[in-house]
Amino acid sequence: MSTATTPAPPAGTRPMVEVRAVHKSFGALEVLRGIDLQVRTGEVAVVLGPSGSGKSTLLRTINHLEKVDSGRISVDGALVGYRRSGDKLYELREREILKQRTHIGFVFQNFNLFPHLTVLDNITEAPLAALRRPRKDVLATARALLDRVGLADKADAYPRQLSGGQQQRVAIARALALEPKLLLFDEPTSALDPELVGEVLAVIKDLARQGTTMIVVTHEIGFAREVADTVVFMDGGRIVEQGPPGQVLDHPRHERTKSFLSKVL
Amino acid sequence: MPLTSDPPLDRTAPRRTGPPADDDPAALKVVPVRHPWRWAAIVVTAVLLAQFAHGLLTNPAWEWGVFAQFFTAETVVRAVWVTLQLTVYGTVLGFALGIVLAFMRLSASPFLRAVAFGYIWAFRSIPLIVQLLFWFNLAYLYKRLDFGIPFGPGFFSFDTMGLVGAMSAAVLGLALHQAAYAAEIVRGGVLAVDGGQLEAAAALGIPRPRQLRRIVLPQAMRAILPNAANEVISLFKGTSIVSVMAIGELFYQVQVIYGRNGRVVPLLMVATAWYVLLTTVLSVLQHYVERHFAKGATR
Repeated sequence: MSTATTPAPPAGTRPMVEVRAVHKSFGALEVLRGIDLQVRTGEVAVVLGPSGSGKSTLLRTINHLEKVDSGRISVDGALVGYRRSGDKLYELREREILKQRTHIGFVFQNFNLFPHLTVLDNITEAPLAALRRPRKDVLATARALLDRVGLADKADAYPRQLSGGQQQRVAIARALALEPKLLLFDEPTSALDPELVGEVLAVIKDLARQGTTMIVVTHEIGFAREVADTVVFMDGGRIVEQGPPGQVLDHPRHERTKSFLSKVL
Repeated sequence: MPLTSDPPLDRTAPRRTGPPADDDPAALKVVPVRHPWRWAAIVVTAVLLAQFAHGLLTNPAWEWGVFAQFFTAETVVRAVWVTLQLTVYGTVLGFALGIVLAFMRLSASPFLRAVAFGYIWAFRSIPLIVQLLFWFNLAYLYKRLDFGIPFGPGFFSFDTMGLVGAMSAAVLGLALHQAAYAAEIVRGGVLAVDGGQLEAAAALGIPRPRQLRRIVLPQAMRAILPNAANEVISLFKGTSIVSVMAIGELFYQVQVIYGRNGRVVPLLMVATAWYVLLTTVLSVLQHYVERHFAKGATR
């Protein structure tokens, strides 16, 4: 059973992400023990929780980087990784899964930029390869995105010539180049020096203001308070509680949430 | 008796040695450590080198005149060409098959993995010279080669004796041998690419063949190239083993010539000089290819 409260989506807005009864084990270790979560279109959900609570795994199941053991996930009404026909679920081919992922942007903790490609090539690679858009449009979009993350002058630099904060901003631009319906952030600032965290969070805040649907796994409580529509607190593979930041962060109802917040605040 | 000794008590006023200490560290002169033994080693090495060079120039047994006469002789140059052909075919076919084997060993299928492992095990175990003789005598084993439905009727067939001549037997042997080593080198290169790279490419929805071509292989090349260059150079010189099959490559040709005129040393030097010259060219080539794949790297 889950003690989490799932707020009903307001009338007229269908959920962008729907996670239902998801379980996932790595060997004998059950990392996700029945996750139910809804994220509405235009909503920013921030997932908090101690290390090993399953936050990152949950995020990675949403774009099928991890396969779930049971349960279902859908993004914008489409099942992730499967096709339903009657009462059977057919696993999608890799090609179809890759196509689904072009609608879901993913930003990694360690950036994972392609070190042998320039910043511009990092951003244009996926739209050219996966969407087969014309090169001219892709280049124009890429330059506009670089401008948006404040790195217009770094187009021809290689990732290793950039600071961590700059690399992560390029990674965000790279994810945005596919014009995804949903953006997933896996601890985007955890690998950064403290003074570089702000510039990355500023870019994410900017995206939030423009109504991008996002799920952000982070340890930045201040960021959660400022940007989140919903704060989700996870522990031991379960969602312990969720709700507006004012409720979860300032008046947590569960002991586990209280003790976690008292340690990180 | 104490094992440690305290500094002698100095009852007089503090004694100073040398000029008074300057407060400005930049004004102090740094005296580098002297290395007298290094100088001794340099002198000994230089004398030995000089003796060797002197011997090369003055010992008439080297027969530099004969060397000059045969170095650019038409038969020798043609033999160099055969050696180069064996190297190029062996490298291209060997690495082509090696890449396939590497990805078989990395595949999710236990069957494909086992087959690739078995191939590499077998071809690394059999000495190249034994293998070459096997291919050379293939016609003894299989008289005809049929192409058609497996275990069923054949559509067309070849006479093995005519199909596998000495040269193709040599290329086949070198390439199959090379493939086993190339497979491991390529696999090592692919494994050296950070897993996050594949994950990022997958998260961006980049199609699988393009992930390999555009993301994995260019990065793997950095780990592959130094080893691959080793293999190409070692294959280039290893072609001399083919002389057992009476193919007119460089080493065989040189043996034929000194068998006729008895000038063993200068003719061995002819072969040596060609091997050294072409290995140098390959090494220079390696430098430029490596530089190409070092884009965006800091070291």
